[in-house]
Amino acid sequence: MPRVTYIEPDGRAVTLQLKRGETLMRAAMDAGLDGIEAQCGGNCACATCHCYVEPEWLDKLPLPSEDEQFMLTNVAAERRPNSRLSCQLRAQDELDGLTVVFPERQS
Amino acid sequence: MDSHSRIVIIGAGQAGIQIAESLRQEGFDGAIMLLGDEPHPPYQRPPLSKKWLIDGGAIGALSLRGPAAIERLRITLRQDTRVRAIDRQRQEVELADGSRLQYARLAIATGSLPRALPVPGASHRGVLALRGIADSLAIGEAIRRCAAEKRRVVVVGGGFIGLEVAAAARKLGAECTVLEGLPRLMSRVTAPVVSETFAQLHRTHGVQLMFGAQVAEIIGREGHAAAVRTEDGHEYPAGVVIVGIGIDPDDLLARSAGLLCERGVIVDECSRTSDPMIAAAGDCTARRMPDGALVRLESVQNAVEQGKSAAAALMGRERPFVAAPWFWSDQYDVKLQMVGLSRGYDHVVTRGDLSKPAFSAFYYRAGRLLAVDSINRISDHMQSKRLLDHGVQPTPEQAADPQFELASLLKAPVATAGGA
Repeated sequence: MPRVTYIEPDGRAVTLQLKRGETLMRAAMDAGLDGIEAQCGGNCACATCHCYVEPEWLDKLPLPSEDEQFMLTNVAAERRPNSRLSCQLRAQDELDGLTVVFPERQS
Repeated sequence: MDSHSRIVIIGAGQAGIQIAESLRQEGFDGAIMLLGDEPHPPYQRPPLSKKWLIDGGAIGALSLRGPAAIERLRITLRQDTRVRAIDRQRQEVELADGSRLQYARLAIATGSLPRALPVPGASHRGVLALRGIADSLAIGEAIRRCAAEKRRVVVVGGGFIGLEVAAAARKLGAECTVLEGLPRLMSRVTAPVVSETFAQLHRTHGVQLMFGAQVAEIIGREGHAAAVRTEDGHEYPAGVVIVGIGIDPDDLLARSAGLLCERGVIVDECSRTSDPMIAAAGDCTARRMPDGALVRLESVQNAVEQGKSAAAALMGRERPFVAAPWFWSDQYDVKLQMVGLSRGYDHVVTRGDLSKPAFSAFYYRAGRLLAVDSINRISDHMQSKRLLDHGVQPTPEQAADPQFELASLLKAPVATAGGA
């Protein structure tokens, strides 16, 4: 069961156990984290589940799809090279220990 | 309000849960009671006519906020709980079981109800509308039965819900007819070029589209819908009839309590109602715009943004909802994304490839950009959102020129710093 640590906008760290294949967005929503909105429910249609992936994990993640790249052009907070949409990231065993940071705002 | 105060929220949908969550973010420390009339915790509705309808997934997959979130936010969620009346003098709500709940502030997020077909036979079994989980389950089951028994799914209404259900029916292997009373699909919200694209799409997938089809009667057999008869005398045999002719705001409680309503609870841009103790958000509202017009939006974004405004309003703060409205629809492998309100447009230009289809329609009035519909053009949609939110105006010539970079009109913050 991969563990993922989320850093909330106020700096608090929350570590969650994810099911294999579960999206980082889904787990964050179920836990009621503050830093995520996920308005479209994981359809890659709203860009309100934006997160920054800790740089050392970036190359362990599948590359963003073209759709995700387009969505990332309009995130509400600053877009950075390590910006991803958490609805497109699925928990895998090799991602155990992954840390993502939520931005100040999602919309 | 002190920490012993209680805020009651009527309606546990997308707007209701947003109000509850935003109240905590606004620093409210008292009791939050979220009252829902369904036997489910807050869930997402958009998938009910899209992926979830087709895949028939688990109910938990629709969850908006899990039990851990509800607990952490100290929200008292009461499911299967109907409110009978709001007593504004005593600041109480009366529940269906006769008990009463005191409130310091109240939020109304009662949503909307599918409009019923006003024709004989509309109450037959096998005439279904889509609003909640139970409806989606019933529609999915009926479609599968039609597919197995080689009977036709007849959809009344060529709007978003009707077309998404039609696409689901085809994916599940059922024959499908869509009856639309007007001359084209989604005619109230899109330009003819978009309607025509979706008509082609549905025909390609084998949907029979009938325009100008005014339903006169649902013909029953042993109490179950068997056919739809139109005004011109035509009969369309049906294994199930699915009605998607729009929704009406559920403003009955608010109206009965004497709140200002006009096809929805009237709110301002900060989600305040005519009673300073009460805010409202989502499908049940009608928003008074600065020019006096009333606008009704039926979307997730509206529920979320008005929910945030309502929570702030209950705390005595102003947090107006000013972003351009956006909306999306999935039909087959085509994604339609809309931003802005195209009502009153006088000119439309298109950008991209109409045949694929992968294009956007830009709506103008007197040279000002009102709205953009994007079909399989996510980048246009995202850029148009920013253009509209920032009041940046591409000329129709720029919009129509695929070589012109829309993003060049925006002074985009250039991010170079790595790390988080």
